[in-house]
Amino acid sequence: MFDKRKIDEVSKERIRWEQTSLPNWIKQSSERKEEFRNTSNILIKRLYTPEDVKALDYLHDMGFPGEFPFLRGVHATMYRGRFWTMRQFSGFGTAAQTNKRFKYLLKEGETGLSIAFDYPTIMGYDSDHPMGKGEVGICGVAISSLRDMEVLLDGIPLDKVTTSMTINGPAAMLLAMYVAVGDEHRVSREKLGGTTQNDNLKEYFAQKLCIYPPKPSLKLTTDIIEYSTRHLPRWNPISISGYHIREAGANAVQELAFTIYDGISYVESTLQRGLKVDDFAQRLSFFFASHNDFFEELAKFRAARRLWAKLMKERFHAKNPRSMWMRMHVQTSGCTLTAQQPLNNITRTTIQAFAAVLGGTQSLHTNSFDEALALPSENAVRVALRTQQIIAHESGATNTIDPLAGSYYVEALTNEMEEKAMEYIQKVDDMGGAIVAIEKGFFQKEIADSSYKYQREIEEKTRTIVGVNDYQITKDKYPIELLRVDPQVEKEQVANLNSLRKTRNNKKAEETLDKLERSAEKDENLMPAIIEAVKAYASLGEICIVLRKVYGEYKELIVI
Amino acid sequence: MEETRKIRVLIAKPGLDSHDRGAKVVARALRDAGMEVIYTGLRQTPEQIAETALQEDVDVIGLSILSGAHKTLFPRIMKLLKKQGLTDVMVFAGGIIPEEDVTEMKKLGIKEIFGPGTTTEQIIHYVTDNLPKRD
Repeated sequence: MFDKRKIDEVSKERIRWEQTSLPNWIKQSSERKEEFRNTSNILIKRLYTPEDVKALDYLHDMGFPGEFPFLRGVHATMYRGRFWTMRQFSGFGTAAQTNKRFKYLLKEGETGLSIAFDYPTIMGYDSDHPMGKGEVGICGVAISSLRDMEVLLDGIPLDKVTTSMTINGPAAMLLAMYVAVGDEHRVSREKLGGTTQNDNLKEYFAQKLCIYPPKPSLKLTTDIIEYSTRHLPRWNPISISGYHIREAGANAVQELAFTIYDGISYVESTLQRGLKVDDFAQRLSFFFASHNDFFEELAKFRAARRLWAKLMKERFHAKNPRSMWMRMHVQTSGCTLTAQQPLNNITRTTIQAFAAVLGGTQSLHTNSFDEALALPSENAVRVALRTQQIIAHESGATNTIDPLAGSYYVEALTNEMEEKAMEYIQKVDDMGGAIVAIEKGFFQKEIADSSYKYQREIEEKTRTIVGVNDYQITKDKYPIELLRVDPQVEKEQVANLNSLRKTRNNKKAEETLDKLERSAEKDENLMPAIIEAVKAYASLGEICIVLRKVYGEYKELIVI
Repeated sequence: MEETRKIRVLIAKPGLDSHDRGAKVVARALRDAGMEVIYTGLRQTPEQIAETALQEDVDVIGLSILSGAHKTLFPRIMKLLKKQGLTDVMVFAGGIIPEEDVTEMKKLGIKEIFGPGTTTEQIIHYVTDNLPKRD
């Protein structure tokens, strides 16, 4: 961006400054540390100057928003046109209770829904399965059949509100239920908008909610991508997720690299179905965490967009620029929240959310300050949403596009994050791809090592966490308004299931399940058979049992 | 008598939640502190936990749960341990267990609950300081 003569002058002057001016200052007050590093172990320099971005070619490496390589944003107007979607993840108890929370959030100004399912649902068990005892409706809403989904979405305008569903193993079943409710509400399938997380690969090394072995899971993920491409044009069939990779302990570069590698794998598996890259790539979406280091995070978001754009263009030969854009959802980092002095978490969340906005996210979830202690209370959820609204309306950061671009530090760090991520991508390529890396425990080991290192840094106090290893207070009791899920929920769910099995046409339900089994054996796209089964009120558990029979269950590879 | 046998610890994750970051960090720290650590992975039923504790002849069990199902699962685990005659095994727990549940959990015989922010150092000390001597 600078001519060579100018850079040489800057270099000369920098050296002079380092030799003459700086030593006196350091003599008076030495620096706090020998060296400064971010979580990705990237060495942070004392000062960044034009020298650090001298190779940057503006038109080639940065460009304009809405155009390749999308470094500066995926839309030409960004937040001057429309703010990001404020999407708070929520769900607990019965479908009726969560429906009430959804309506509350929509009234408070939320612009999209995001469904949290309970663990039995996530693992493909009905609410009456013995493995789910004590878990029904606790960490999310219990959905065992289309009947529950009908209640959950009652009165929600599915043609106006988009819905994100955090579901992976049974994503096809939940999407099928959503489609079925859409049909009942007479909303055309072309109008159904939303996202299924449907990123099964990361389950094996990050979120670890796996039902089937990796290969059939990848097949199910691809079924949804293929089906959505053909029938649900406004649906994001997948949210390729770094969030869980990060929360499991990865650093920012690992999060970036492993997420993008999963993305590469999904593109490859979808191409094998005979679809063209430009048919489906524009609907792929991403999901990242925003952790504490403000600059590391925003550089990560920017690097992610440019890296993905280049891969889509150069590796997969996409032609449509939209196939190269990376649209992302960001959630502030749950694992940075502290149980100690919980109000401090509001500040952490604000910094993280601000990084996401300056990083150009399309959608954002801000965590509630009480989440290290329990499920968020209504008051804490409101503060979290207000944090986003304050950034949007009051901070001024939304008035221009990509405001930190051109900062020597930000651009240098963006480059370095991208380079380091590329090294990992090369490594996994050499290993033979994501499934091989999972089976070897490569991702698992990388994450476990980073997580252990981070914990050591906190314990050795080389990393300060305010209120945890420094600035503690002795009387640290914050009155937490505990959101307790009534154990009655489980009983109610079980009763509902019993009633469902009595009142539905059992013969029809069984027929659809048999049909699904045959379809799975023939390796067909399972979406049509699953939609048929949910419409016959076959339960989630029953559908998953059929597939457990065909595919087997995953046995965890334990890597400490 | 000099202790010749390494302290044997079972780190177990009951419940369906998959937040194993804490369990793994604790497992590794106890191992680095010279203990024999058995980590059995996610989603262990109370029956599996009691069975592993018996088979592996452990001195200590660390339970990790973040799903909120501790009130259902911990009583079952403690009951099964008793049934197996494992009353001398020291049990501690960690994860997201609200303050107001701690007394109830301790009444079951769980010796200590370690919440978020606990250092591995504290857990190591707790185990070595409180472990009853075995023959």
